[in-house]
Amino acid sequence: MREQNPAISKGIDWSLIWIYLLLVAIGLTAIFAATYQEGDPIIQSFISFKTDYSKQFYFFVIGAVLAFFILLTDSKFFSATANLWYAVGILMLLLVFPFHSRIKGTESIIKMGACNFQPAEFCKIFVSLALAKYLSRPETDFSKLRSQMIATAIALFPAVLTILQSETGLALVYLSFFIVMYREGLPSVILLIGFAVAALIVATIIIEPNTLAIILTAIAALIIYIFRRQIKRNRTILIRIVFFWFVCVGIQRFAVPYVFENVLQKHQIERIYDLFGKSNPYIEKDPALTKAEAKKQKESGSSYNVRQSKIAIGSGRVFGKGVLKATQTRYDFVPEQRTDFIFCTVGEGFGFVGSFILLGLYLLLLFRIVTVAERQRSTFSRCYAYGVAGVLFFHIAINIGMTVGLAPVIGIPLPFISYGGTSLLTFTIMLFILIRLDADRQMVLR
Amino acid sequence: MSVFNQSRSRVIRIIFLVAFIFIIAQLFYLQIIDGKHRQLAAMDNAVFAKVDYPERGIIFDRKGRAILNNTIIYDLMVTPSEIKGIDTLDFCNLIGIDIEEFKQKVLDARYKNGPVRPSVFKGLLTQDIQARFEENSWKYPGFNLVERPLRTYPFNAAAHILGYIREADAKDIERSGNFYRQGDFIGKTGLESYYEDVLMGQRGVQYMIKDNKNRLVGNYENGDFDTASIAGRGLKTFIDVDLQQMAEKLMTNKVGGLVAIDPKTGGILAMVSGPNYDPNDLTRPNGSKNYSKLVLDVTGPMLNRAIGGRYEPGSTFKPLGALVALDEGVITPSYGFPCGGRYTLCGHGKPACTHAGGGHAANVRLSIANSCNAYYAHVYRLAVDNPKYKNVKEGFLKWSEYMHAFGLGVRLGVDLPNENKGNIPDTADYNRENNNRWTSCTNLTLGIGQDKMLTTPLQMANAMCVIANKGYYYTPHFVDKIDGETEDDSTLMNQFRTRHNVLTHISDTAFNAVIEGMNDVVKFGTARVAQIPGIDVCAKTGTAENYTILDGRRIKLPNNSMFVCFAPKENPKIAIAVFVQNAGYGGTWAGPISRLMIEKYLNDTLMKKSEADLERISKTNLMPAYFKRLQYKEDSIRAFKWFNTTKDSVYIKKYFRALNTPVKSIPNNIPFPKNYKIETLAILPIEKYFRKPATQLLS
Repeated sequence: MREQNPAISKGIDWSLIWIYLLLVAIGLTAIFAATYQEGDPIIQSFISFKTDYSKQFYFFVIGAVLAFFILLTDSKFFSATANLWYAVGILMLLLVFPFHSRIKGTESIIKMGACNFQPAEFCKIFVSLALAKYLSRPETDFSKLRSQMIATAIALFPAVLTILQSETGLALVYLSFFIVMYREGLPSVILLIGFAVAALIVATIIIEPNTLAIILTAIAALIIYIFRRQIKRNRTILIRIVFFWFVCVGIQRFAVPYVFENVLQKHQIERIYDLFGKSNPYIEKDPALTKAEAKKQKESGSSYNVRQSKIAIGSGRVFGKGVLKATQTRYDFVPEQRTDFIFCTVGEGFGFVGSFILLGLYLLLLFRIVTVAERQRSTFSRCYAYGVAGVLFFHIAINIGMTVGLAPVIGIPLPFISYGGTSLLTFTIMLFILIRLDADRQMVLR
Repeated sequence: MSVFNQSRSRVIRIIFLVAFIFIIAQLFYLQIIDGKHRQLAAMDNAVFAKVDYPERGIIFDRKGRAILNNTIIYDLMVTPSEIKGIDTLDFCNLIGIDIEEFKQKVLDARYKNGPVRPSVFKGLLTQDIQARFEENSWKYPGFNLVERPLRTYPFNAAAHILGYIREADAKDIERSGNFYRQGDFIGKTGLESYYEDVLMGQRGVQYMIKDNKNRLVGNYENGDFDTASIAGRGLKTFIDVDLQQMAEKLMTNKVGGLVAIDPKTGGILAMVSGPNYDPNDLTRPNGSKNYSKLVLDVTGPMLNRAIGGRYEPGSTFKPLGALVALDEGVITPSYGFPCGGRYTLCGHGKPACTHAGGGHAANVRLSIANSCNAYYAHVYRLAVDNPKYKNVKEGFLKWSEYMHAFGLGVRLGVDLPNENKGNIPDTADYNRENNNRWTSCTNLTLGIGQDKMLTTPLQMANAMCVIANKGYYYTPHFVDKIDGETEDDSTLMNQFRTRHNVLTHISDTAFNAVIEGMNDVVKFGTARVAQIPGIDVCAKTGTAENYTILDGRRIKLPNNSMFVCFAPKENPKIAIAVFVQNAGYGGTWAGPISRLMIEKYLNDTLMKKSEADLERISKTNLMPAYFKRLQYKEDSIRAFKWFNTTKDSVYIKKYFRALNTPVKSIPNNIPFPKNYKIETLAILPIEKYFRKPATQLLS
């Protein structure tokens, strides 16, 4: 093929395409395994556009056509129109508010004819482009706080709009753009602080408030003791330590409870607490509810998904049960298992070995994208590549994490594998823009 | 150009890698370390072990006729989600329920098994409803008939012997180590219970896959793990169903027990407990209703009095007393006792004797024929005061040993559950009651089958076998052979095939004296009613006084009528014991019953006179009247308790109506006498309000 069509294939990174094709094939198999009804003629069902795997197959075909056109496009087009796309994206997100359709629990979908269209998904591409564009401007000095603030605003503005559409899960994805900013020089301290705050929030959830306050105080005291010599010389160290202690305790005692009580919704709090195997302390327990009823209520909630999902994955053991022998996924014990919980099908059908291979493939993809990013001459391409890597990473880690009980249940799809046209097309477009930019890696884009 | 930040690509890779390692570690835990546990959970979710119940074994009588068989009856099932556009009123008329009930039942089904799984709408349809439904079933989507095997008793006989099956309760399940499950049927009484393992067969299992709504969607692993069920094996018994049916007819409206045994094998030919019930009543559509009615009946129709009733054997014990004394050598067959109408050697002149003088107790044979009380009281004393033993206690111990050898005071081990062992008192009983100082005079009425001696009809029939066989017996049992007998079965059956040579050391002369005496009882004595032309019957009658306590008063009831016998005298083929409560002399009712049994069994037909007797006896109601009063008490206690706990006057109304008290004025708390006991509570309408005085009820 390379020889036949040198104009398109020149400089194209085939390894990315192969990984992409493999992942889509795994995805189709998984959706097939999850939804195939005994006795259906396989080939006919694949063509019919009536079954989920057939639909996914057609989405793949559409994606392939789009990818082909993207490869034909001049790579300058993307950098030139980046800001325009961003504006279009924001406009679409705003249009959702008056025009969204009434679909279960979300206000983020516009219905156009037979298609459901979710701008929040597509917006990830536009944000990657716009962020790359901003960071690659010659006048941008990313070491300045102002630039950092603007970059953060570009990344998080769509997230705010997405949260307003009650799609917290999709909004969280935008946090992944900090990876781009980190690569471009965002101080490491911010990353550390991010991790520290995350750890503190987790600790707040797991540990009883008073105990945690005592632990924090003890840590502060220990640090003061260790640095007692330096403190003698320099009083500001002491002030800093006390300040940090104060902030930590503040977060733990006031900020986290405030967010839980006033910002997050009930089901979100529950999912977070379920993750740590705790019951939600922020709802008043109905005293009339008997223990059995409470248990039943709990079992029917989101923890049911995770429990069934863990059973599905765990029961796959080392080599899995085989494609159509996976009882958990075939008989609908795991809800949403062709979309958000698709990894269960892989885990149950192909076991640890299959899951390991899939994860390996994903890691290979991410590492390959990082390698590709680093070989770009133009900052725009590099930033865009990191944007893609970050978004993919976030999706993969959170999605698989939630199916194995390591992350809270937020409804984000597994790239290239989950059933869903928007998701598959979004990731396809994202990846192929990267491949197109990479083909011109020697060019400096503005 | 932030080229200086290139090292950060490494940090980013590390972040990616660490996250993936976490996930892989968790996968490793879920799938490999803890996988087994999750695999089981997944199995539990998706695989349903559908138990395939085999047909229970059939029980045959001695001539190979099925007396307990299987049949099919239909349950009407409903799948709530499939009910669409049916004419509810029409349907209700067909089934015979009202619309409210229909709605409730559909709701119940929905609640119990969910809307997509079938639940029982109406169990055990009567034949006409089933036929009507089958004709119209196309009109009622969502309803269908499901076959259900049912036990049936083709001869409507042998309820107490065969027993019944019911759903296993919590205790059965626990006892079986969870082998039985909720909803399984298990033999509860009779042979159904004793031979449960044989009759139930081997359950098969079909592993089915179910989906998240519990619908069965197919076989698991193509049925590779399925096992087929094996039908229960049949039992061939010694029961002669004709004889059994006749015996039941004879015992209608009588309280008591009847046992007929073939002495040569120990096989039980017939066993009746009165009052009886029709075993099919429990399996028919309103079986549970009938069951509770039977359970609440104070006459105890569910009780098997033939193995569970405890009766003083009275004079029927005398042949045994004679044998003990003869074997101990304290008397010889020619030993005579000068009875003057009562026994005077203990000073109190008791027991009295029906005969006086005339040499009616001049030897063993005569003493049995004339049933001399004084003779047997004395013979008992001679046996326990035997100079061979140091004192009366040791003598008594020896005597009890004889009793146990005869099978009295011990469980014989019949193949039915809940056998009673009767009572042969212990020296400890007398020590306690008499301050350790007692003599043979203390309990001399043991010699005439009274005092603390209690026996079951089965034990007395078995004792007759011992005499008929001159010293040995086989454990009385029903089952002759098990179909396809295995080694396990043989160990079970061996206890019934072992000859117990318990008293073969007693000399033939001793046996002959007693047997001749028993023969004389039929020829000239109290059992003349048992004479059958051409058959030499040996028998002994017995009559025992008895009392009951009712409303705090001790009431004398009519005597128990008892009769034990075996025939023919040479080469005995049948031994019988009949106990009829509150019926009068032994010869009056129990005697003719026994004669009819022997006649039927040995001659296969009845004489004209006997046919008439059969009708006469079966039509005679000998149920003691006090049961009515007792039933009234029990029922009113229950109604009262029900009212007091639920404030529901539905049952108690009746008793107020009986008092001519307006039903509307039932007070919230019913006044009853101070210091009431639960027994007095029963007279719920206070004694003085009774329309009929208690004494009148008793007559």
